[in-house]
Amino acid sequence: MRVRMTAAAAGLVLLTGCGAADMTKQASPFANAQGAKTVTLSVQSWVGAQANVAVAQYILEHELGYRVDTVQVDEVPAWDALSQGRVDAILEDWGHPEQEQRYVDDKKTIARGGDLGVTGHIGWYVPTYFAQQHPDVTDWKNLDKYAPLFRTAESGGKGQLMDGSPSYVTNDKALVKNLKLDYQVVFAGSEAAQITQIRQFAKEKKPFLTYWYAPQWLFKKVPMTEVKLPPYKEGCDADPEKVACGYPHTPLEKYLNADFARTGGRAAAFLRKFKWTTEDQNEVSLMIADQKLTPEEAAKKWVDSHESTWRAWLS
Amino acid sequence: MATITAPALRVTVPGFLKHRAVHKLLALALAAAVLVPIAHAHWPGTTWPDALTIDLSDPLTRVSDWIIDNRDSHPLFLYFFGHISNAVVLSVRAVYLVLLGLGWAGVTALGALVAWRVAGPRLAVGTAVAFLTCGLLGMWVPTMQTLALMVVAVLASVAVGALLGLAAGLSDRMDRALRPVLDTMQVLPAFAYLLPVVLVFGIGVPAAVLATVVYAAPPMARLTSLGLRGADKEVLEAVESLGATARQRLLTARIPLARKELLLGLNQTIMMALSMAVIASVIGGGGLGDRVYQALASVDVGAALTAGIPIVLLAVVLDRVTAAAGRGTGESRRTRGTYALLAATAAVAVLGRLTGRLDWPETWTLGIAEPVNRAVDWMTEHLYSGVPVVGGTADWAAHFTTWVLDPLRDGLQWLPWWSVLLLVAALAWLIGTWRTALTAVLAMAAIGVLGVWQPSLDTLSQVLAAVAVTLVLGFATGVAAARNERFERLLRPVLDVFQTMPQFVYLIPVVALFGVGRAPAVAAAVVYALPAVVRITTQGLRQVDAAALESARSLGATGGQQLRQVQLPLARPALLLAVNQGVVLVLAVVIIGGLVGGGALGYDVVFGLAQGDLATGLVAGAAIVCLGLMLDRVTQPADRRAKKGA
Repeated sequence: MRVRMTAAAAGLVLLTGCGAADMTKQASPFANAQGAKTVTLSVQSWVGAQANVAVAQYILEHELGYRVDTVQVDEVPAWDALSQGRVDAILEDWGHPEQEQRYVDDKKTIARGGDLGVTGHIGWYVPTYFAQQHPDVTDWKNLDKYAPLFRTAESGGKGQLMDGSPSYVTNDKALVKNLKLDYQVVFAGSEAAQITQIRQFAKEKKPFLTYWYAPQWLFKKVPMTEVKLPPYKEGCDADPEKVACGYPHTPLEKYLNADFARTGGRAAAFLRKFKWTTEDQNEVSLMIADQKLTPEEAAKKWVDSHESTWRAWLS
Repeated sequence: MATITAPALRVTVPGFLKHRAVHKLLALALAAAVLVPIAHAHWPGTTWPDALTIDLSDPLTRVSDWIIDNRDSHPLFLYFFGHISNAVVLSVRAVYLVLLGLGWAGVTALGALVAWRVAGPRLAVGTAVAFLTCGLLGMWVPTMQTLALMVVAVLASVAVGALLGLAAGLSDRMDRALRPVLDTMQVLPAFAYLLPVVLVFGIGVPAAVLATVVYAAPPMARLTSLGLRGADKEVLEAVESLGATARQRLLTARIPLARKELLLGLNQTIMMALSMAVIASVIGGGGLGDRVYQALASVDVGAALTAGIPIVLLAVVLDRVTAAAGRGTGESRRTRGTYALLAATAAVAVLGRLTGRLDWPETWTLGIAEPVNRAVDWMTEHLYSGVPVVGGTADWAAHFTTWVLDPLRDGLQWLPWWSVLLLVAALAWLIGTWRTALTAVLAMAAIGVLGVWQPSLDTLSQVLAAVAVTLVLGFATGVAAARNERFERLLRPVLDVFQTMPQFVYLIPVVALFGVGRAPAVAAAVVYALPAVVRITTQGLRQVDAAALESARSLGATGGQQLRQVQLPLARPALLLAVNQGVVLVLAVVIIGGLVGGGALGYDVVFGLAQGDLATGLVAGAAIVCLGLMLDRVTQPADRRAKKGA
């Protein structure tokens, strides 16, 4: 018995190697099973990101013969997972300068993957039917005047500014405080919950004020108008506590794990070249979110009708 | 019915207790009279005074940054945590590859044959059907991922738990040291375990497995120790008189005698591991839980159900098979049976490999997501709001929020902080001992010191509302079941299924019915805690001395009088236990409710994980631990210690 135990212990030591074990170099245990070449993509919770991943997955599987795993990781932890190689690529990043500095420039564990081709913009929005009745609501200075109209059960006597998922890029709490607005930020908990709420408000033509972003397919269903916040200037959002300006227009970026970028072969090359337009993304997003197609079906439809676009990514 | 139970409880406190209760209250009032004016003079206001808080976010952020920066260079990580993480990855991968190598037919055959060996043909068929359903739903690969994670986590939990249990079972000192720790671990919500492991190991499978081990090992340790201690003294003496050494005694007498407890421990460990393995999807555990998590993020009830059904099936099958093993059927012909089993599995696996059918064939899947979503859409259109007379589910949720949750939360937050502490002390002391009262007050004070007083009271208000609903429903159902044999027989399988389901699964239907917010979180908590409360209440009422009931009946008491004046007072310990269990279970789910808009502490944990802001998450996690501790101690009957583990 003792001999067997010693042998087992020795085997374990051999297996793990007596030396150092760098846990930042350990891939997911589910990757590359049975010799299949696997790519793990991080899919964020908004539909636009699902559209990117669905199309990339479809082409990787059907044109390049990879097996694709998708993992839902929130934005900031996804950077950590990407750096550790547990995820191979993020296809749509909305700007995380702190993480970019740490992982791309300092530690060099993440490589830039180029533009996605879509420019994103975050802002505060009111429904267009409300903005037409009260045109002056589109300036933040007049928001307090309308606060009583935006009141709900969860906002406790103040106007409600609806935010979606806690994981999204947002300065709204600081903005409300620093602009001294009579509003309360209420998190719906997830984007889907926020969309459900917006649609219910819109159905009853009620006023609401919400954190929202473009490109987004919902604009096609519920037209919304942006409220002008103090204009964005380079560096005005440097201190998250003291932000008092609106959000920038961000060209969305792709990021690859540095090792994957070097050794990922055709998959890595393809993901670097993957670049489409806002219209393309919205087309796939609408199919997923509004027509309730599965991401795979939506991707197939898009791929079948846009061969010239994606052929260029494979060359 | 249930409205009667509450006053009946208070009225019938035995006389001597009433005196002690008065003494305790007097002592507290005295302490309050001295301390409150001082506290009030120094720190006026209702919320916890700022002067008494410690801001941990800066040091915690620094620690978290340091860990991320040094994870690939510091020796502690390279030579210790790195190896642990590596071992986890390698073993999960090995199990996963074996499962994939067996193919779907091989795994199904293996599962069914194992179930046949330990539990008979009926469960074997059930196991096979369960596995095939997983495949049919298109969830084969995620199911195998969860299974691989589970196998590794359960083996590790059993090893760790058995070692700790052995130590506690053989040494009194170890027992005294371990018991309070294990007791406390048992009452903590699963969510609180996630953050510390993420801090060290980062998002991913290693962190998920380790959190699962920490969560699932305590029941094994506790029951191992219990089994070893409970061994028949006479048998042990007989073995000793035969001249056996200590080690022989342990191996030939004590461990075999504890077989039943050991298998019960295994059963509990497996169920808790499954529950945690699913929740661990929040920290990148992958598998079925991840599918549920993804679907919840997009409120896609159909997709959530598609992944939820395999979880439920796994839970039921694992529970039944391990429970049957505990009862000890199919003992004989062990070795020959094992070989036959291995041979049969190998044959099926080889057959699968030869025919090239290792992966579940894509054409054999059944998409239930779409019809389910259509049903949910129909429900939201027709049941959600504006139903004549009764109102819709969304209206109920809104009313519950405005009329119950809001006043409760505002009321708690309106109370001065010292009065909350006093209330906690009074309740805990009345139900338990001065020791439980002290722990409860200290835990509550710690919440204030951590600077999360307000969100904690928000969570507390949700817990209180959920517990109240749970107790009303649970006691009513329990009383009905205790009085009506047939009703209980109908109820039992339902309770069995509900009690084995992982907490995560409950979030799916409530989102479909009530949307998002605090009300669905409370609803999920009620459904989760109800079975335990019903069961304990029924058992408590059943165990009431038959002679006492008989004499009451001979005195001409009606059914209602018997219940009020004999059964309920005599079942008081069981009812208190039901309250205690209810509180602990409700807290666990209210916290997870942060994923569906529950807000407060659960939201802080989700936020901390989502934004990589571990400081916020860890502080909230610590507050959850304190809240759990406080709630458990407040409702802990003085004599629970003797009863626990029975």
